[in-house]
Amino acid sequence: MNKKQMERWSPLLLLVAILVIWEVITSGFGVSEFIFPSPSRIWEQTLEHKTTILGHAWRTYWVTMVGFGIAIVVGVMLGFLIGSSRLAYAAVYPLMTAFNALPKAAFVPILVVWFGIGVGPAVLTAFLISFFPIMVNIATGLATLEPELEDVLRVLGAKRWDVLTKVGLPRSMPYFFGSLKVAITLAFVGTTVSEMTASNEGIGYLLISAGSSMQMGLAFSGLLVVGVMAMAMYELFSYIEKHTTGWAHRGSQH
Amino acid sequence: MTAATTADSPPFVDFKDVWLAYNDELYAQNVFAVEDINLQVKQGEFIAIVGPSGCGKSTFMKLTTGLKMPSMGKITIDGQPVTGPLKISGMAFQAPSLLPWRTTLDNVLLPLEIVEPYRSQFKDRRKEYVERAGCLLASVGLGGMEKKFPWELSGGMQQRASICRALIHEPKMLLLDEPFGALDAFTREELWCTLRDLWEAQRFNVILVTHDLRESVFLADTVYCMSKSPGRFLVQREIPIPRTRDLEVTYTKAFSDIVLELRGHIGAMRTPVNQ
Repeated sequence: MNKKQMERWSPLLLLVAILVIWEVITSGFGVSEFIFPSPSRIWEQTLEHKTTILGHAWRTYWVTMVGFGIAIVVGVMLGFLIGSSRLAYAAVYPLMTAFNALPKAAFVPILVVWFGIGVGPAVLTAFLISFFPIMVNIATGLATLEPELEDVLRVLGAKRWDVLTKVGLPRSMPYFFGSLKVAITLAFVGTTVSEMTASNEGIGYLLISAGSSMQMGLAFSGLLVVGVMAMAMYELFSYIEKHTTGWAHRGSQH
Repeated sequence: MTAATTADSPPFVDFKDVWLAYNDELYAQNVFAVEDINLQVKQGEFIAIVGPSGCGKSTFMKLTTGLKMPSMGKITIDGQPVTGPLKISGMAFQAPSLLPWRTTLDNVLLPLEIVEPYRSQFKDRRKEYVERAGCLLASVGLGGMEKKFPWELSGGMQQRASICRALIHEPKMLLLDEPFGALDAFTREELWCTLRDLWEAQRFNVILVTHDLRESVFLADTVYCMSKSPGRFLVQREIPIPRTRDLEVTYTKAFSDIVLELRGHIGAMRTPVNQ
C-alpha cells in the first residue's frame, strides 16, 4: 500500500481500530450493556430498531436542512452587508459577537413558548447556531479584498456593485464553502439539542426516550446516525468546494 | 516648464497647475503629494515619468485615471475635464493583479463586462470579443494560453495578459504603473519590444511610470523627471532617437548619453532631500 492510498484509507483504519479496542474492553472486562454497550450490541440494536431510527433520522435531517438553508440565506445577506459597508461592520459586528456567545440551547424554552413543541424550535435553533460562521466568513472575504484588484475595476469606471459581484463575491467563495463545512455540523447540534427538550420526533427525542428506558444501545445508535449524517454533508460540501473553488486550493492539493 | 504642444492640435492630456493633498488636514497644513504639475501631452504621444521612489509617481497616475481629484488646478483629457474614472483609459500595474478564478481569456475580457458600449452587448457579441481577445493575446505571444489560469502562467506571461486586459476595450490612453518592475531583465526587455510593437500598431497615448531610466529612454517620446517631496516635474527631455527602435539602440553612445543626463538630473534632485 503506497503513501497516497494509506492517506485515503486512514480514517477508516482508525475507526476500525477504535471499534476493535472498544469491543475488546467492553467484552473483556464484562462491562454491563446498560452502562456502556459494546459496538456489536449497538449494531444489533440499530438493526433491530432500524425503521424507528430511520424515521427519526429523516425528521432530524430535513429539519436541519431547513434551518441550515435559512442560515445560508441570512448569513450570506448579513455577511454581504457588513463586509461591504464599514459603517454596517462597525455597528453590527460587536452585537453579533455578543449574540454568538449565548448558548443556543438556552433559546429553546423561549422558542417553545413562541412556536410550540415541534418543528419550529428545532429549525430555528439549527439556524441560530449555524448562521454566524457563514456571516463572518462572507464578511471577511469581502472586507479583505486587495485594493489592487479593486483598482483594476475602478479605473474602468466600475460601480460598487460591479466590484462586489465581479471581484468581491467570487473571492469570498472559498471562505463561504469553508464556513459551510463548519456550519452544517453546528446545525445538526442545534437540531438535536432542540429535539431533546422540545419535540416528539427526531434523533434528539430518540436519545432522550432511549436513555430514560435504559436502552443504551439505541441511544448510541442515535448518536451514530447524527455523526454519519453530519459527516456525509461535510463531505458533500468538501466535494463542491473542491470543484468550484479549486483556484484557491492549488497549493495545498498534493 | 514649457509646453510641448504644437499649435495646430489641442493637447490630449492637459494638466494646468495641478496640486494634490491627500486629505483636508494635509491640505490645511500645505503638505502636498504633488505640486504645480503642468503637463501637455500630444495625441498619440508616449511619455515616461521617472523619479526616485516615493516622489508621487503613483499619485500622478491616480490623478490621470480620475481615481483622485486634484485639490487645486484642472485636468483635461481628450477635451473633457476629468471628474471621475475614465472609460477611455486602460491601466496595468506592477503586480499583474489577474483574478485567479478566471481563465486568462476571461481576465482579458473583464473590461468589456464593465465598460459601455461593450457591456450591454457582451452577451450577444461574446464570440466576436473572444476572437478579439485571442488576437490580442496572440500578438503578445500568448496564443493558445486562453484556457490557462493566471497561476499557471509565468510572471512575464501574467504581465503580458495584464497589458492585454488594459488594451481590450481599445482605450485611447494606456497607463502603466511600473509594469515591468517585478520582472527579470531579459523578460523586461522582451516586454519593452512587445509594448513598442503594440504602440506602433495602434498609436494610443501611453503614460509610463517607471524608475528604470533605460526603459523610459527606449520607449518614450518624452521623458519627465519628478523630484521627491514635494513631487514636482523638474525636467522635460525629448528623446530624438528615431523609431522603430531596436534593443541594439540601447547600447549606442547617443542612448547612454541621454540616460546619463537623466541620471544626472535625478542625482541632483536627490541631494537636497538628504540635507
